[in-house]
Amino acid sequence: MYDVIVVGGGHAGCEAALACARLGQKTLLVTGNLKNIADMPCNPSIGGPAKGIVVREIDALGGEMARNIDKSSLQMKRLNTKKGPAVWALRAQADKITYPQKMKKTLEKQKNLILKESLVEDLIVENKTIKGVVLEDGTHIFSKVVILTTGTYLKASILIGDQKKSEGPHGERSSLFLSDKLKKLGFSILRLKTGTPPRIKKESIHFEETTLEEGNKELLTFSYDSNTSTAYHLQIPCYLTYTNEKTHKIIMDNLKKSSMYGGYVEGVGPRYCPSIEDKVVRFHDKERHQLFLEPESMYYDDIYIQGLSTSMPVDIQEQIVHSIKGLEDAVFVKYAYAIEYDAIDSKQLKPSLETKIIENLFTAGQINGTSGYEEAAGQGLLAGINACLKLQGKPPLILKRNESYIGVLIDDLVTKGVKDPYRLLTSRAEYRLLLRDDNADLRLRPYGYQIGLIDSKRYEKFLTKKQDILEVLEKVKKTKISPTKELNDFLQQIGSSPISSGISFYELLKRPEFTIEHCKKWIDLPYQEEVLKEVEIEIQYEGYIKKAEKEAEKMLALENVSIPETIHYQNIPNIASEAKQKLEEIRPTSLGQASRISGVNPSDIAILSIYLKRGQYESKRV
Amino acid sequence: MNDTICAIATKLGIGAISIIRVSGKDAIQKVNTIFKGKNLEKVESHTIHYGFIMRENEIIDEVLISVMKAPRTFTREDVVEINCHGGILTTQKVLERLLSIGIRLAEPGEFTKRAFLNGRIDLSQAEAIMELIESKNEKTRKIALSSLRGSTSQLVKEFREKLKMIIASIEVNIDYPEYHDIEQMTKDKLLILLNELTEKLEEIIIHSKNHQLLKNGIQTAIVGRPNVGKSSILNHFLEEEKAIVTSIAGTTRDIVEGEIQLGNLTLQMMDTAGIRDTNDVVEKIGVEKSKQLLKEASLVLYVLDRSNSMSEDEKKLLDTLNKDKTIIVLNKSDIPAKIMREDISFPHVVYTTTQTLEGLQELKQEILKMFEQEELEEEDQRIFLNTRQVHLAEKASELLEEVKKSLQKGIELDMISFDLKEILDTLGMITGDTYQDEILDTLFANFCVGK
Repeated sequence: MYDVIVVGGGHAGCEAALACARLGQKTLLVTGNLKNIADMPCNPSIGGPAKGIVVREIDALGGEMARNIDKSSLQMKRLNTKKGPAVWALRAQADKITYPQKMKKTLEKQKNLILKESLVEDLIVENKTIKGVVLEDGTHIFSKVVILTTGTYLKASILIGDQKKSEGPHGERSSLFLSDKLKKLGFSILRLKTGTPPRIKKESIHFEETTLEEGNKELLTFSYDSNTSTAYHLQIPCYLTYTNEKTHKIIMDNLKKSSMYGGYVEGVGPRYCPSIEDKVVRFHDKERHQLFLEPESMYYDDIYIQGLSTSMPVDIQEQIVHSIKGLEDAVFVKYAYAIEYDAIDSKQLKPSLETKIIENLFTAGQINGTSGYEEAAGQGLLAGINACLKLQGKPPLILKRNESYIGVLIDDLVTKGVKDPYRLLTSRAEYRLLLRDDNADLRLRPYGYQIGLIDSKRYEKFLTKKQDILEVLEKVKKTKISPTKELNDFLQQIGSSPISSGISFYELLKRPEFTIEHCKKWIDLPYQEEVLKEVEIEIQYEGYIKKAEKEAEKMLALENVSIPETIHYQNIPNIASEAKQKLEEIRPTSLGQASRISGVNPSDIAILSIYLKRGQYESKRV
Repeated sequence: MNDTICAIATKLGIGAISIIRVSGKDAIQKVNTIFKGKNLEKVESHTIHYGFIMRENEIIDEVLISVMKAPRTFTREDVVEINCHGGILTTQKVLERLLSIGIRLAEPGEFTKRAFLNGRIDLSQAEAIMELIESKNEKTRKIALSSLRGSTSQLVKEFREKLKMIIASIEVNIDYPEYHDIEQMTKDKLLILLNELTEKLEEIIIHSKNHQLLKNGIQTAIVGRPNVGKSSILNHFLEEEKAIVTSIAGTTRDIVEGEIQLGNLTLQMMDTAGIRDTNDVVEKIGVEKSKQLLKEASLVLYVLDRSNSMSEDEKKLLDTLNKDKTIIVLNKSDIPAKIMREDISFPHVVYTTTQTLEGLQELKQEILKMFEQEELEEEDQRIFLNTRQVHLAEKASELLEEVKKSLQKGIELDMISFDLKEILDTLGMITGDTYQDEILDTLFANFCVGK
């Protein structure tokens, strides 16, 4: 008898299993192939806009992804540095051998965690409550909680041109029965599709024909606790090349041969990560599309052609690749493919990621319709945390939209559902100014500590940082400077206007051109770089941050109006029937969540709000 | 509000067919209980049926009944329309019969209210219905009608779509930072786009304000030295003895208001105390009031006595008046003139003799000309309809100006994107697309949903 069984050993499964085991629950992780734990079947990178911040949030809460990538990165880049700090993001090229290896080691060393190789074929359910799983050999294993993190393996099929094989990535066995069982239990099943580009041999590429894309030379880490990263030492570059008119002609001439355009695919593909044939068709006026050549590992020579995801047959794939500058003689290691898989309708989940239909059954990752390692890991961590909180009889951890990207992700999933694989984007976060790369720990580490995933040593380090930030803020507010010639000369030099009367450094820092580094000329600031940067951001963008906070407060006011579970929408007069239907389907927990459901209009929310207020009034009178 | 309502939907006339409209979830079922004919609960939606309205075994009227099932109805509820043939008295009897089976008599505008609450029309359209009911002349009626048909909603939608496109092109650069081939939104490009938006928005705001003038009336101030004949002009306009007309200077101390209808224009006439240096405390207050009035008025009629030269006071006042909104009335034109046309560099001048009523018709024509110059084209009838809408549009316009300033200051585009979203939301409030407490207030103020 286990406390928790996690089904699947991908990025969601790893985080879920680790979180549960670390919180003292006896945990079993079952996966089809133990060699494929934390596998990266698609792009060899972790992070990027929005996603990179998710990785930081995972670290703040006490998850593993950030620490693991710091131990296995090949190159690290800070993106969007020419834009505001709200959209800065880290991205690492990951070593596809080292990353899974390190993660597997962490899992193996983890107390309370047992790993098992098998496929789960059925769930044991009694009285709408999960009791355990049935393995392919018929073994029943019992547990209090089950977390499904099956990724793309539910009824997976791999498609290349008109060829369709029933298997998962790397030729792994597809899970053929579980999704039918889920359907029987009452889950709506969606068919989704995604794809991956070809891999080619490194030595067959003419790199001199391409553009070098290097990482940042400075030491950057994802984890707030790491003090080094392999990327800093390795500095492995990527390269950039382009498709051309010839490439596009090959694609257009052979369009019908692709699985997608030939009508062999039932699943819905991601809008945000289109295949090359999609790009050529949809943006036919574009002369070229960018392609990044990315190394997959230090231990083998495969190069991943980012941007060339396709479901063309192999002969056409060769023609396409060979038409590209630098790749004329490229030797294929692996052909591109599309993959179709089953997912459940995420609207059938509570914000805790527990299913509404079966008690104590949680789901996380691609089974919920998302795409991306980071999105999966973030959900896995929260599913793990909430499974434990449930076992402890505590309320779930629901991250709000104004406090984390993971919160935005989960809220979108359970409120709006997905039609195509869901990818996090900065534009999905209306309060992204508050959800920065620099402050993920300030936002979330206290939760990590309360839950018990952050130990007191890591937490004290965090408290010191927080204290330091306050001290520096205080210092620049208190320290004034008079309009000396030295200062005004300096201001002129950095393109800032001179001052005529005494002014605090806090005021000076509000000028975009005046940085905290400049302050050091006059004040002693013996603090860590990240502390100083934090203060600089908070002062420089104060106006915008305050505005975002005000907006968030408005949202929270709605969020704090909870909707009783017993509500009958049919009984509320004047709510439009479409809205009633949507509200009934999703059964939002708060007025805020209700307001984000598509098809529920502001006037419906107004009426619902009045109804709820009146309900409170009446119940008080009774 | 869960109940079923009814009302006579046509004007009660002699011998005409009257229609009673019934709306609500029990409309079909309830009417069916008093109808002798087909079973209305079993008929197709949007069909007409012949039969009788009954009380027990007695026939009240021979009728045609239209059955329309939700949601494709005016209220988005089930609607039954009863075409009565038996004249006023019978129609009343049918109505009473409906009330007797638990159908409630609708309040004024309640069908519209339901249409709004059930999401068939948006906030701007609901407001248009109120405007329509209140419209005083053909022009405001036309505009309210066009807004009801969705012209204001469409206008807002177009602005919001443009803004959305701009925001999207900023956002795509954030989420795909290394795809340099995607067109990069830059400060300069954005400025051009925002300028276009501001220009269009400003233009519509001006049209809308003109419409407000049409609707609420044009504040018209009559000003002039005492005893030049302004009260006579006013009286002629009002066609009643509201202002005291005497030849003793300084008697018109109060600002008199009266409303006149001039074609499609409504003028709010205001007489003013003469403006001159005075020691009289009461008159001083009047003079101050007049000055304020001149500033706020949309039309100033400045009356001068042509038979006398202009005094210093008069010349001073002339300099302070806005030429575009002033008409100079040269009165007493029958007496040898001491003020010549060349003395006055105003575009609008009219010659009158109040004693013989000469020139007063010309004055009316001049006023009409001034305000009717801009005949709104069909296209321009797409305006913001009321103060609330204009206020929001003005706020959006101000925010646009602020964004332009922020851009000049070098604020990053991903920050600007937030400002643009705020504008998007502000415009959305016009149609009710953005949820705001204000909408809640509007709901409370105009419809008693709480009951």
